[in-house]
Amino acid sequence: MTETAAAAVTETARPNRLREFWYYFRENRGAVIGLWVFAVFVFCAALGPWIAPHDPTQQFREYTLLPPAWQTGGSWEFILGTDPLGRDMLSRLIVGARYSFFVGVVVVSIAASGGILIGLIAGFSPTWLDAIIMRIMDIILAFPSLLLALVLVAILGPSLTNAMIAIAIVLQPHYVRLTRASVLSEKQKDYVTSARVAGAGLVRLMFVTVLPNCLAPIIVQGALSFSTAILDAAALGFLGMGAQPPTPEWGTMLAEAREFILRAWWVVTFPGLAILVTVLAINLMGDGLRDALDPKLKRS
Amino acid sequence: MLKYLASRLLTFIPTFIGVTLISFSFIRALPGDPIVVMAGERGLSEERYAELVKQFGFDRPVYVQFWEYLTGVLQGDLGNSFVTKKPVWDEFFALFPATLELSICAMIFAVALGLPAGVIAAVNRGKFFDRALMSTALVGYSMPIFWWALLLIIVFSGNLGWTPVSGRIDLVYYFPNATGFMLIDSLVSGQKGAFASAVRHLILPTIVLGTIPLAVIARQTRSAMLEVLGEDYIRTARAKGMPPGRINGIHALRNALIPVVTVIGLSVGTLLAGAILTETIFSWPGIGKWMVDSIFRRDYPVVQGGLLLIAVMVMIVNLTVDVLYGVINPKIRKR
Repeated sequence: MTETAAAAVTETARPNRLREFWYYFRENRGAVIGLWVFAVFVFCAALGPWIAPHDPTQQFREYTLLPPAWQTGGSWEFILGTDPLGRDMLSRLIVGARYSFFVGVVVVSIAASGGILIGLIAGFSPTWLDAIIMRIMDIILAFPSLLLALVLVAILGPSLTNAMIAIAIVLQPHYVRLTRASVLSEKQKDYVTSARVAGAGLVRLMFVTVLPNCLAPIIVQGALSFSTAILDAAALGFLGMGAQPPTPEWGTMLAEAREFILRAWWVVTFPGLAILVTVLAINLMGDGLRDALDPKLKRS
Repeated sequence: MLKYLASRLLTFIPTFIGVTLISFSFIRALPGDPIVVMAGERGLSEERYAELVKQFGFDRPVYVQFWEYLTGVLQGDLGNSFVTKKPVWDEFFALFPATLELSICAMIFAVALGLPAGVIAAVNRGKFFDRALMSTALVGYSMPIFWWALLLIIVFSGNLGWTPVSGRIDLVYYFPNATGFMLIDSLVSGQKGAFASAVRHLILPTIVLGTIPLAVIARQTRSAMLEVLGEDYIRTARAKGMPPGRINGIHALRNALIPVVTVIGLSVGTLLAGAILTETIFSWPGIGKWMVDSIFRRDYPVVQGGLLLIAVMVMIVNLTVDVLYGVINPKIRKR
């Protein structure tokens, strides 16, 4: 505490935002653990095919449904066992990380960029346009997200790409509402008025003056919807409406393993565990982000 | 109050029309010729095709078609299923009690465990109990429930053999479907073991569907309680020497309940989305499974009608929660 106070006195410049953020983020132990797990997940996603012990689609026909190595009958060649077609579980899980990561990144980018843009427009537009935009968002929100995603995929055809588009559409209204709410409260403030008086145009006002000050809740929402996207994509895969076999996507793997649940626990347990651990890590990070970015909750 | 009610209702109408428009566009957005899709027949002759165009009203302008669809919807006409040929409306309301029963049980489960968990965590803030409960809640919140269902089946149905894997009741029991709620019907029928069978079929789906609401309610109750516990009147009550159980249980919880009740009301959408997965896994004959099956069977009138009815259901619940919230909390009405 005294350290930061001293730093604030000596440095007249703005304190380093990243360092300040890290200072608060580090206080939350769960968030740091989440960050480490997420780092491992990103590592698997980036280097999957090179670190996996086997090819995820190669079928070892003489080793079907082999239990994990520590069980009787298991082999250290297939640490987490093999699936009904003799494919190595561990390799499939490692390579599967990239599908989930890809889903998260694409969905959040589409939903956030679209949502922020629409939210900014709604916040700055005349009342009638704002009302129309918000009613449209209400309409999307009236449908349970998974149901709407399912129906959209039924229209577009089942594939991972279409599942991502559907989930992005479903998640978008949350960004619109969040951005609009922040914009409306920021617009009242003096710095926006002074920027306007100084002659800033509408576009500058929207993107340069107001937007950076609305970002904190949006970033937190980004983390949360990253995990929602992974869960929804896995659920769609599980229902047969997402990634199609033999893609080693975790939800699709679970769907394929369903009929073996009473005979081979490992084909069911590990893909789900991978989803749970990833989503949990991201949610832990999200909590840490919220604590670090939300000035109201900061314990000063 | 009346003004508030009117303003809420006024926003309901455009949303309702929009939702109808989406379900109206659904059939037209599908790949392929909508006439062929809606007829559900193959190898249409030209005369038959022309006849169908007329029958479905595709020869008229789109806005007339939409108007007819909208008026049809308001009279409960959502078309007939391709597969069963029965009206979608009737099918929906025949299956709805199953989903409602499951959802109510899941909500009771979630509230019965989530509320005390949140209160206990808040009272023991920062201690081991609080951390353990909140870590568990976060795990529950992050749970892929379709996997959770499979795990529970492995343990309780496979290894222990305690619960059945699918359906609502054992097939040996038969009784008239008076209310559609299996728990009530089996009890009224008076058959020995029927009620117990219905309960055993309900346990796993209830836990699966209730898990995420449980986690949300526990987290929400904790933060609402923490906020209330910092208020002056709680300090006053403490200073008066009131027993802690009475302070936490009555004074604090009552005021902490307001945001919690909102969360409970607004999680209906989550519950219905969860019902899609839960019902599919447990072969529970409710609307979630019905929707998924219809999507796979390409039974488009069912998908279209079900989508609309579910959305309207969610909207009505949200509206009710909004209005009730306005009744409880007058500050909200002013906005």
